Amino acid sequence: MAIKTLAKPLLYLLLIGLSLLFLMPVYVMIVTSLKPLDQVTLSEMWKLPATLDFSSYATAFSKLAPNLLNSFYLVIPATILSALLGSLNGYVLSKWKFKGADTVFTLILFGMFIPYQSILIPMIQFLREIGLYNTITGLVFVHVVYGIPITTLMFRNFYAGIPDEMIESAKIDGAGFLRIFRYIIIPLSITGFVVVAIWQFTNIWNEFLFAVTITTSSQQPIMVALQNLSGSQIVQWNVQMAGALLAALPTLLVYIFLGKFFVRGLLAGSVKG
Amino acid sequence: MEQVIAKETQTAGPSIGIPRKKKRKLTKDHLLVLAFITPSILFITVFVYGFIGWTGYVSLSNWNSLVPDFSYAGLKNYQFLFNDFRFQADLRNTLIFTVLFIGASIVTGQFLAVLLDQKIKGESLFRNIFFFPMALSFVVTGVVWQWLLNPSTGVNLFMKKIGLDSRWYTDTNILAGFQWGKIEFGIPVAIIAVVIAAVWQMTGFSVAMYLAGLRGIPDEVREAARMDGASEFQIYRKIILPLLRPITVSVVIIMAHISLKIFDLIYAMTGSGANFVTDVPGVYMFETTFRGNYYANGAAIAIIMLISVAIFIVPYLISSRKGES
Repeated sequence: MAIKTLAKPLLYLLLIGLSLLFLMPVYVMIVTSLKPLDQVTLSEMWKLPATLDFSSYATAFSKLAPNLLNSFYLVIPATILSALLGSLNGYVLSKWKFKGADTVFTLILFGMFIPYQSILIPMIQFLREIGLYNTITGLVFVHVVYGIPITTLMFRNFYAGIPDEMIESAKIDGAGFLRIFRYIIIPLSITGFVVVAIWQFTNIWNEFLFAVTITTSSQQPIMVALQNLSGSQIVQWNVQMAGALLAALPTLLVYIFLGKFFVRGLLAGSVKG
Repeated sequence: MEQVIAKETQTAGPSIGIPRKKKRKLTKDHLLVLAFITPSILFITVFVYGFIGWTGYVSLSNWNSLVPDFSYAGLKNYQFLFNDFRFQADLRNTLIFTVLFIGASIVTGQFLAVLLDQKIKGESLFRNIFFFPMALSFVVTGVVWQWLLNPSTGVNLFMKKIGLDSRWYTDTNILAGFQWGKIEFGIPVAIIAVVIAAVWQMTGFSVAMYLAGLRGIPDEVREAARMDGASEFQIYRKIILPLLRPITVSVVIIMAHISLKIFDLIYAMTGSGANFVTDVPGVYMFETTFRGNYYANGAAIAIIMLISVAIFIVPYLISSRKGES
């Protein structure tokens, strides 16, 4: 016990030190973004700005605003559609198991681990064929398709927690596949939908590979635009940091307010969940 | 529960007409099951397995210009890659990156999880601080760490004061290097900078996993060990950590597949680097395919990436399926 009382302050000291280390990039990001360009000297990057200057936000916002909008046009439909598909699949694969259902599930699951480079060349050819190359709709399609494995996994695990007896007794009362889904499963899946939606929102918002290969200039989502910002000739660090903060803000806000659900999704993604 | 059973016996009992009715309803439900699941099965079949096959086919073709050319090239593209300076560097970098990244994730993950598990005040605040980078994009992380680890700024301003001066991701030195194929094999110093950024972003995942694991160990286990006179340190070393081994397996597999296909972090933070010291297959594939129009070479890189990921993932999927049934 004596050791314990001594160890507690040490423990807090350690945790606080590590927290500061984790927050350091955020500090630098905020401090830099609030400085005017002539104050962004390399040797003073750790110092607080002498005066608050929001002009880098104005610059970053005017450059990134169209792409921010693109990202919302992409993320909202893609999240809703992939959550719906996942819910349908999860319901079937947990409560209406047919012969070989588990094999089908495993085969679906493999899709979430593949490097997307291995489907990218045919996907771009395909999108060109059907006229969706370089469109937000094309990106929505891609994210819905490759979101199937993870959303199916999450909903399947979630529905596994609904007792089979409940389904059985509903069947005996004469309810069929659709009625059970509508009146038992859906009302019980609100949390499931929240977890899946947050997960898909964050991932699709942050995604880069599909975004950079399937869209060009005016159609590009925010992450590509942010990357392009740093590719410009003179690196304006203050504008870049402001841009990075703007790009990160939506997912950060989701995390701050709904972090609990985000972590649940995270753990569900490790298959065994 | 009793009510449910009572209901069942009641409704299952009365008439003989029920089985027939039930049968007809089942076939209708079967059709609905089929209608629900078929689109997804079709999508996965075509867009995952079909497209992988298509990429494999491209990787065996001569399509190395803007104009598609599907004439058969055999393994020519693969041979080219394995003899290529850049790809050999990629293999080295991926291996080193993966090992360092997984090692650091396990160590920091376990360490932070154990710290958080001490029934401390403000646990959720600390947890949130360690987790939040996961909500960020690799592109954002890349942009920020590019500046933090810039040799003339950032962390170096402190390190120079204590006499250390690292060139971080611009360093072209290879530690413990020896000649291997066309490249010098060893630990590229520049990779360490990328590993730091990646660990900062992804540690939260392994902390969350280990924390969930720690919470799953019943208190009685610790109590019993304490009764036997074991110290807190001994309890962790001898009892808790071995119990967390299955979690370590999951963490290794998840982190390995992330690191084998990593692209955006490196692309945003350092690019290929001088002498390709921070290049990885993901970046090479992107540049050679979409900037250089070497589609067949790009497809071959993609297939090699897929195989390396599958080595980890396929046994994992099979074993977790077995564990379920």
